[in-house]
Amino acid sequence: MQAQAGAGRRGRDDIEALIIDILLVLMAFTVLILVRIRHLFTVVVLSGIYSFLMATVLVALDAVDVAMTEAAVGAGVSTVLLLGALHLCKSEEARPAHKPWIPLAVSVSTAALLIYGAMGLPDFADPDAPIHHHVVPRYMQNETDVPNVVTAVLASFRGYDTLGETTVVFTAGAGVIALLRRRRKAVEKADGK
Amino acid sequence: MLDHFGYVVTVLLMVAGLFIVIARGNLIKKLIGLSIFQTSVYLLYIVPGKLIGGTAPILSPQFSVYSNPLPHVLILTAIVVGVATLALGLALAVRIREAYDSIEEDEILMRDQIANSNEGMNA
Repeated sequence: MQAQAGAGRRGRDDIEALIIDILLVLMAFTVLILVRIRHLFTVVVLSGIYSFLMATVLVALDAVDVAMTEAAVGAGVSTVLLLGALHLCKSEEARPAHKPWIPLAVSVSTAALLIYGAMGLPDFADPDAPIHHHVVPRYMQNETDVPNVVTAVLASFRGYDTLGETTVVFTAGAGVIALLRRRRKAVEKADGK
Repeated sequence: MLDHFGYVVTVLLMVAGLFIVIARGNLIKKLIGLSIFQTSVYLLYIVPGKLIGGTAPILSPQFSVYSNPLPHVLILTAIVVGVATLALGLALAVRIREAYDSIEEDEILMRDQIANSNEGMNA
């Protein structure tokens, strides 16, 4: 009976890993198509699909808070921003004058080095990996009385990170407004003439 | 190799983003490449935090195995910052398009060259 339960559990775990792998393959396919396509509207739609796939992978990897943010901000806000920019610019990418052999060589050699390095990392889902020790067991003790550990760490243990993030977003917002205000003035001037 | 499949795909996505940034001249395509590069880093952080058979790190008496919450927090910050930089980059692209009437790197560089040589002639 117990052996059967153990086997069922192992089967479920295998399926869990398989689902993650399949989603990762889908993401890789999306990106490969995205690299090749020149029509920018299609590229934006593909990057939206990529973001939603990423959100699904994150759910499978138990990062539900990150998945929610990625679906809302990565797939939603980014796509809207890109479509807005496309509306203001041309939507067809020019054909490059020459074949991109040098970038390809740089990318492939970087990939080879990184994969070689990644082989030295701990196995996937290894409970003894260093990442699961150090400060994490303390976060899990529910010191702040917030059952969602991610919220507890974000707002309490690492609250200053979030403050820094707010500063970055504020600076970026101020930059966008400064850049696009000049544009509006220029348009008004042109209309005045 | 199968134990590291997640890392291999992460590296592939990262390098695809890098390739778009280096090889493509269109500024909007470059920014999309940059954001793909960024999103691959999310995977690089989240994949090692996963425990097979674990659940999302929301404490409950029914569960005992949770995936690592720390990378989730770090990446939550990274996503928001990523969108902020994307917005700033797109605003810059729109400005460049107004000044040069193009968002293709080659054309922008050509116009700069022509403008420079004209200046040289006038001087």
